Amino acid sequence: MSAVTEAAAPLLDVKGLNVSFFTHVGEVRAIRGVDFHVNARETVGIVGESGSGKSVTSLAILRLLPYPGRVTSGGVTFRGEDLLQKSAGAMRALRGDEISMVFQDPMTSLNPVFTIGEQIVEALAVHKKKKGAREARAKAIEMLNLVGIPDAASRFGAYPHEFSGGMRQRAMIAMALVCEPSLLIADEPTTALDVTIQAQILEVMKDLREKTGASVILITHDLAVVSETCSRIIVMYGGQVMEEAPTRELFENPLHPYTRGLMRCIPAQGGAARERLVPIPGTPPDLLKPPAGCPFVERCGEAMRICLASRPVFYGEGRHRAACWRLDPEAPR
Amino acid sequence: MARFILDRVFSIALTLAAVVTLTFFMMHTVPGGPFAQDKEVPPEVLRALEAKYHLDEPLYLQYVNYVKGLLVWDLGPSFQKIGVSVNDIIKQSMPASAKLGAVAFVFVLLVGIPAGIYSAVRRDSLPDQAIRFVATLGQTIPSFVLATLLIYVFSSKLKIFPTFGLRTWKHFVLPSIALGGYSLSFVTRLVRSSMLEALGQDYIMTARAKGVPEFQVFFKHALRNSLIPVVTYIGPLIATVVTGSFVVEKVFAIPGMGKFFVDSITNRDYTVLMGLTILDAILLCAAVLIVDLLYGLIDPRIRVGK
Repeated sequence: MSAVTEAAAPLLDVKGLNVSFFTHVGEVRAIRGVDFHVNARETVGIVGESGSGKSVTSLAILRLLPYPGRVTSGGVTFRGEDLLQKSAGAMRALRGDEISMVFQDPMTSLNPVFTIGEQIVEALAVHKKKKGAREARAKAIEMLNLVGIPDAASRFGAYPHEFSGGMRQRAMIAMALVCEPSLLIADEPTTALDVTIQAQILEVMKDLREKTGASVILITHDLAVVSETCSRIIVMYGGQVMEEAPTRELFENPLHPYTRGLMRCIPAQGGAARERLVPIPGTPPDLLKPPAGCPFVERCGEAMRICLASRPVFYGEGRHRAACWRLDPEAPR
Repeated sequence: MARFILDRVFSIALTLAAVVTLTFFMMHTVPGGPFAQDKEVPPEVLRALEAKYHLDEPLYLQYVNYVKGLLVWDLGPSFQKIGVSVNDIIKQSMPASAKLGAVAFVFVLLVGIPAGIYSAVRRDSLPDQAIRFVATLGQTIPSFVLATLLIYVFSSKLKIFPTFGLRTWKHFVLPSIALGGYSLSFVTRLVRSSMLEALGQDYIMTARAKGVPEFQVFFKHALRNSLIPVVTYIGPLIATVVTGSFVVEKVFAIPGMGKFFVDSITNRDYTVLMGLTILDAILLCAAVLIVDLLYGLIDPRIRVGK
């Protein structure tokens, strides 16, 4: 197995992360040993279906896991500091300033009783970024302009319900980036939007990433979204990383059966008109009783006996790795 | 905005007209009358009395005359208290009820809202469980039991508070608790549940993700969003508590309006019954109008005529 190595220390390094939700029916092991890193000025995509642990991973990084969720082991290092050891106050100071987040549903993620402007200025205020009210207002309007809200100065005093979904998501991005964070976590930022608006939002994010130099973690279940925006992709399933590779490499040479399954689910551009999409049969594993072996074994067409018994290790070379026993040199071809 | 208020005042007028009409005719369909007594009243005396108070006239005429008086806020003479008008009764008994009601109302808000917030923020903690227990108890104990218990413990045994009257601030303590006990429990539970609902919303996660301190998350982001149901309840509550409570006023011997409500029904004291019902309806309509205006202040989505 080969580790992914980078010359400089990564901006964010997640190591052996385990997250469980201690519900009344038992421990749900949502994340089981996730490792990945994000370099400075890099956009990384995390892909997976519902319940694969994408969102939980991002909330664990920010230490915003909802009750009864808890990080049971592992480490999250940001700029050389262990986030899991930080005090609540230090963590709060970091959120929105150094690491910020954009959520899935712009219709419910903005507070309905405050104006868009107030909510952006609040981000500046809690991090003591601007001296006066006028300066803060000017900065907020500048951000609204930057995310492409027309006539930003007059929309400053508008309430969220006076904005469309796409406009609200733009405002969310403005709010997340107003303190110029070095890492932006975007959790399904386009899922709740129309396809045409999706493309616009992705364009805005790409544009701002280049302008601000922020690293981005883009969480999505949509391979098409990551293919356009990310330089590297992490595929998650059942609370574990299945495969990780640079975007081009992943699409040209997917190693994991799950990744290949995902790709058969998206219509190919210029493909035959009557080409059928192939769904992956079955459902994701029950994480209340996590499987001993590969989490994908139940749905995998290439499963072997070892896949049931023990968890696969990572195979691959360079920056491409995948956790599958099929990649073992001793596996039958 | 002015248009909205005007519209509402018009519809309030319609409501009040309906209250007056329905109460008037319903009251007269109930058997008995103001002068029916246990002892047989001589027919000629009864006729003379009815003639004096115009009860011998056709009902529609009585109604028309009553409404005429009402338009200049003349609520007529009491049928039971000779020489005393309904206006006098209200003038004499309302201040005590209103003062006690106002104190009870403030008490409900000052204790209920913070208790509810605390309970929601420290969900499932020991204090939360204690608050929930007391609040549930408070909703199940009737006010006469609570009033009697309070007098027994704090007046009779501990001798901290007086048992009757409304002379000093100490006199207000026990009747306020007895009067507001149920509402206090209700408000506490209401604030708790609507705070919890607000705290579960996506925008709370957004606020936390941008580094807003917890205090501000609770009191700025969650509280304002949880106020709508609370305001909806406490608006009409103020109309209810300032018009007095029969039970609490009886137990603490407070010369308020509560007993007139009950007595006027049993005595068929038509004018008193009408007058107090209308007063209650007016206060209630005014409270609802204020609540509607407050909605707009709290939530921009229901702001009118911007």
